Amino acid sequence: MKENVISVRELTKRFGDFTAVDRITFDVRRGEIFGFLGANGAGKTTAMRMLCGLSFPTSGSGTVAGFDIMREGEKIKRRIGYMSQRFSLYDDLTVWENIRLFAGIYGLTPYRTKRRAVELLSRLDFRSERNTLVGSLPLGWKQKLAFSIATLHNPEIVFLDEPTGGVDPITRRQFWELIYEAADRGTTVFVTTHYMDEAEYCTRVSIMVDGEVRALDTPAALKRQFAAESMDEVFRTLARGAKRAE
Amino acid sequence: MRTLLILIQKEFLQIRRNSFLPRLIVAFPILIMLIMPWITTMDVRHVGVAVIDNDRSSVSRRIISHIGATEWFTLRDGAPDYATALRQLEQGEVDVIVEIPHHFERDMILATPQPINISANSVNATKGSLGMQYVLQTIARTLRELQTERGITTSVAELAVVQNRYNPTLNYRHYMIPALMIMLLILICCFLPTLNIVGEKETGTIEQINVTPLSKLTFTLGKLIPYWIIGLFVLTVAILVARLVYGLWPAGSFGTIYLAAMLFIFTMSGFSVVLANISDTMQQAVFVMFFFVMIFVLMSGLMTPIESMPRWSQTVTMFLPPRYFIEVMRAVYLKGTTMAELWHNFAALCAFAMLFNLLAAATYKKQA
Repeated sequence: MKENVISVRELTKRFGDFTAVDRITFDVRRGEIFGFLGANGAGKTTAMRMLCGLSFPTSGSGTVAGFDIMREGEKIKRRIGYMSQRFSLYDDLTVWENIRLFAGIYGLTPYRTKRRAVELLSRLDFRSERNTLVGSLPLGWKQKLAFSIATLHNPEIVFLDEPTGGVDPITRRQFWELIYEAADRGTTVFVTTHYMDEAEYCTRVSIMVDGEVRALDTPAALKRQFAAESMDEVFRTLARGAKRAE
Repeated sequence: MRTLLILIQKEFLQIRRNSFLPRLIVAFPILIMLIMPWITTMDVRHVGVAVIDNDRSSVSRRIISHIGATEWFTLRDGAPDYATALRQLEQGEVDVIVEIPHHFERDMILATPQPINISANSVNATKGSLGMQYVLQTIARTLRELQTERGITTSVAELAVVQNRYNPTLNYRHYMIPALMIMLLILICCFLPTLNIVGEKETGTIEQINVTPLSKLTFTLGKLIPYWIIGLFVLTVAILVARLVYGLWPAGSFGTIYLAAMLFIFTMSGFSVVLANISDTMQQAVFVMFFFVMIFVLMSGLMTPIESMPRWSQTVTMFLPPRYFIEVMRAVYLKGTTMAELWHNFAALCAFAMLFNLLAAATYKKQA
């Protein structure tokens, strides 16, 4: 079995009286595509933000890429990529300017930045859009660009928070090809999604309900466990018990 | 270092792409410097004066003709007595009444005169009180002439109460121009960085930055340095306009002005970043900033002299960074004071600059 790159024990986040994430425990192995599923408000984004060093856990412990999430957030940030639910590249900068900015922040040399940019643009078939303002690109293109920029510095792990929300099926397909390519290069992918067909593409899947992880296994094993035809059915069975309103 | 340059370059690219900001940065100083010096002036012209001449002597005629001769006053005729003049004052036709008593000339020579009575309309406080000062000044000059001509020994102070402290040649416009430059810097350096950072919070781009290993200090400097450059640019434009339009050129050294300006801009933009860091929404940030800008403009001696404020508020001004910069600007611009004489102002600005910028880096939270 491969080593764990993410390891979380009893991780909890409370906002006042509200427990957004309730003592979750799981491991993610190097190189796998880990699907992090759950209904709206189940606590997925909060959990992911704790792993990325954007939010301090209330209690519990965990390591990401071998570093403690409580104390070594900045070291973790060197080794991960993150793509948030909201599109968050700069709309008023061009494709190339966005690439240069984030490459600069991650400390890539000008030479490496150029090489990575050429590589990235040709992989996305974006060469002609090099000097287009990001704000004027279609959403699907923006998402693919955001993913590529999140993996610009060859992170060990890339966190994707609903990366394909609002994107057409063809672009979604292309997006998943990018995810597979990244996984082939050895990057661990931690992805949340609402599309159950996407859940089938994952190596392993966890399902969160009301702030807790209720199920965690490969899609095939989960279907067996819940005697279901598809991941969609597995999800419905679990989410039906949710007490939290959307 | 390279990261910082890339961040600064990014800020300038964004400012340039903005449809409004580049125009604001150029037009704002020019417009303020063209318009405001005319409006904020405290010079009073065309003060309506009614003279009630009970004496009808050569002395009283001379006083009247002197009052009529200056551009400050407009003589109003047709007030035979004090009651009529008072009615004119109430109706706003007249701002100042001068009543010359009976036998003023004779008594002046005998050295026992009744003093000239001067009344002013204090509703328009500035015009009334300044007008009265002008009138006193004019009468005093006339009387002094008479004294030397005729060898009268009665002191002018006994003939009319004159406050000699007022200087009628003081040009308020020149006094206000350095203050307006500071107001420009306050507006630009307080609002723009706040709007920029809170804007990034609202669009969510700041989160993408927070998930990178970028250090807090580099991020903060990357936000501050562009406004440092913009602030100095705006100041330069304002100085040039002051030279071209009003012929006002600093009496002291440019080095002193620019050094103080850099410290001041750094202080103000640091303050601005602190406020942005603790604000979640644009409305919150703008309203709180507006509150502070009001205090800066009204309390730090920009408009009204600190010496005439109540004690407690004089104490408050010690904690307002603009106060120290205003003193530097006025002293260097108008009097040519050197940096050595203003060292404590520079020390205070340095301290504020350090304080606010450390706070700016400290209040920036990458992890909540």
